[in-house]
Amino acid sequence: MESKQLTTEELILQARQIRRLIIQMLACAGSGHPGGSLSAADLITALYFNVLRFNPADPQWPDRDRFHMSKGHACPLWYAVLAQSGYFEKEKLFTLRKFGSILQGHPDRKTPGVESASGSLGQGLSIALGMSLAARVDKKDYRVYCLLGDGEVQEGSIWEAAMACAHFSCDNLCAILDFNGCQIDGRCEDIMGIEPLADKWQAFGWHVIQINGHDMQQILAAYAQAKTIKNKPSIIIARTVKGKGVSFMEGVVGFHGRAPTQEEARKALEELA
Amino acid sequence: MAEQLYQRDVYGETLVKLGLLDKNIVVLDADLSSSTRTNLFAKQFPDRFFNFGVAEQNMMAAAAGLASCGKTVFLSTFAVFAAGRAWDQVRVSISYNNFNVKIVATHAGVTVGPDGASHQALEDIALMRVLPNMNIIVPSDGPQTEDAIMAAADTTGPFYIRLGRSKTPTIENKGEFKFGQAQLLTKGNDVTVIACGMMVTQALIAVKNLAAKGVQARLINMHTIRPIDREIILKCARETKLIVVCEEHNIFGGLASCVDEVVAENFPVKVIRIGVRNRFGQSGDLDELLTEYNLSSLDIEKTVLANISKK
Repeated sequence: MESKQLTTEELILQARQIRRLIIQMLACAGSGHPGGSLSAADLITALYFNVLRFNPADPQWPDRDRFHMSKGHACPLWYAVLAQSGYFEKEKLFTLRKFGSILQGHPDRKTPGVESASGSLGQGLSIALGMSLAARVDKKDYRVYCLLGDGEVQEGSIWEAAMACAHFSCDNLCAILDFNGCQIDGRCEDIMGIEPLADKWQAFGWHVIQINGHDMQQILAAYAQAKTIKNKPSIIIARTVKGKGVSFMEGVVGFHGRAPTQEEARKALEELA
Repeated sequence: MAEQLYQRDVYGETLVKLGLLDKNIVVLDADLSSSTRTNLFAKQFPDRFFNFGVAEQNMMAAAAGLASCGKTVFLSTFAVFAAGRAWDQVRVSISYNNFNVKIVATHAGVTVGPDGASHQALEDIALMRVLPNMNIIVPSDGPQTEDAIMAAADTTGPFYIRLGRSKTPTIENKGEFKFGQAQLLTKGNDVTVIACGMMVTQALIAVKNLAAKGVQARLINMHTIRPIDREIILKCARETKLIVVCEEHNIFGGLASCVDEVVAENFPVKVIRIGVRNRFGQSGDLDELLTEYNLSSLDIEKTVLANISKK
């Protein structure tokens, strides 16, 4: 099922709405990860509304494109996008992290549209690789997208997967790296340097696309370019701002894993009005 | 002299049979395909075989990705790497997702021999047993390896199947293999011996020797570790009041622990553990190692005799 393409302006508005939902969900839950949810919001909004092929009425449609969120802590973003795409009612978002909810603190297959659990970092690119190989075995033309965190690439298993995706020439696979520069304990460069990222992925045999991860036109162009690349996987290294869209969260390490208070949420929603 | 087979030869041949029957089967390995014998499948079905190189964590999570798309995935490496190196991937990506991934781990136990401790998995059953959704089979010989593989292929969900490196003599008259249902190999009411894997052969020799000494031992082949056959354990506990468990694994967390847990909660009787007593392995040949770690048929025989007198 091909969804209606949104204009860049419409995507920007949708991303804003998704950011509002993220703030509301997290304030309601009282815990969770706003920083990395907000930083990847533009990337994933564009992916679901203009790129990904899926049918919310038939989540198991065999020809659907696959998306896997390897940085599972950003699941409020995923849940908001899934609800906005029609996978489940928006009211469910406010059960996030509550007992009995289909919206667990980290991704779980209970949630319609979630293909695999995540939460232990470093496994998702391998899962995406498996999906990519399944398409090859089944001779299907679906594409596979995987969102990685920048702190996450400190996991060695990411590089096992990076090596293998290139070895198997997975040109139906596109990784998206949310390069917001922050991790729980501080700035990536202070905790464990990850640069030069583009050189590393290039050296591993990937087609690298570097963009501003908050510029909708650049995001759409990157997805379009990735689709044209043959015989190698693509990675979009997207420079982003942690907590993007809420002034007092932007670039603030502390908002990696702390939910906004009710008062902070009120202020954030004012900014995102 | 009984027929002697490598379990992994039987595994490789069974994979080829399965590959012919079911196009949905995909096989993965991590640079050990000639040892695990997945190379037989690779040769016949190159489009459905992927070698991941020396990268078990990636292989394990990629198996989950394949399974998420409806594939039945068999994957192999040595037991130390399958259960140990990639445990978190098995936990989150396979077991938690409840995906249809069959981990067939070879070279388990001290009978790996000369390669020594780093390659002798003595903890793998314990590591796999604590994972919800995980089914575990430890086949006793070559033919039972085929039964185990077929059962795993026919049963949806994750499996851990533990195979040895060395040849095992084929045990005759085991009866039909039913996943989750242990096999009664010999009748007797003086003591129950419960064994799995290559230790079934050692136990069988011990039981025959005991019979010559007037001790009638009941021998159970507990090929399925999870779900454990509770009924047969409790029946044996009630009827023989003494159980000796034999496994080529640490005495912590393996088959003996399964038996302990069942009897302790329901019908406490004495359970004696024959296994590796909280040590690592070492290099040596098969007989030397069985003797050193008190896993030989003679050890089983002596242990039964020593405890039967205290009954």
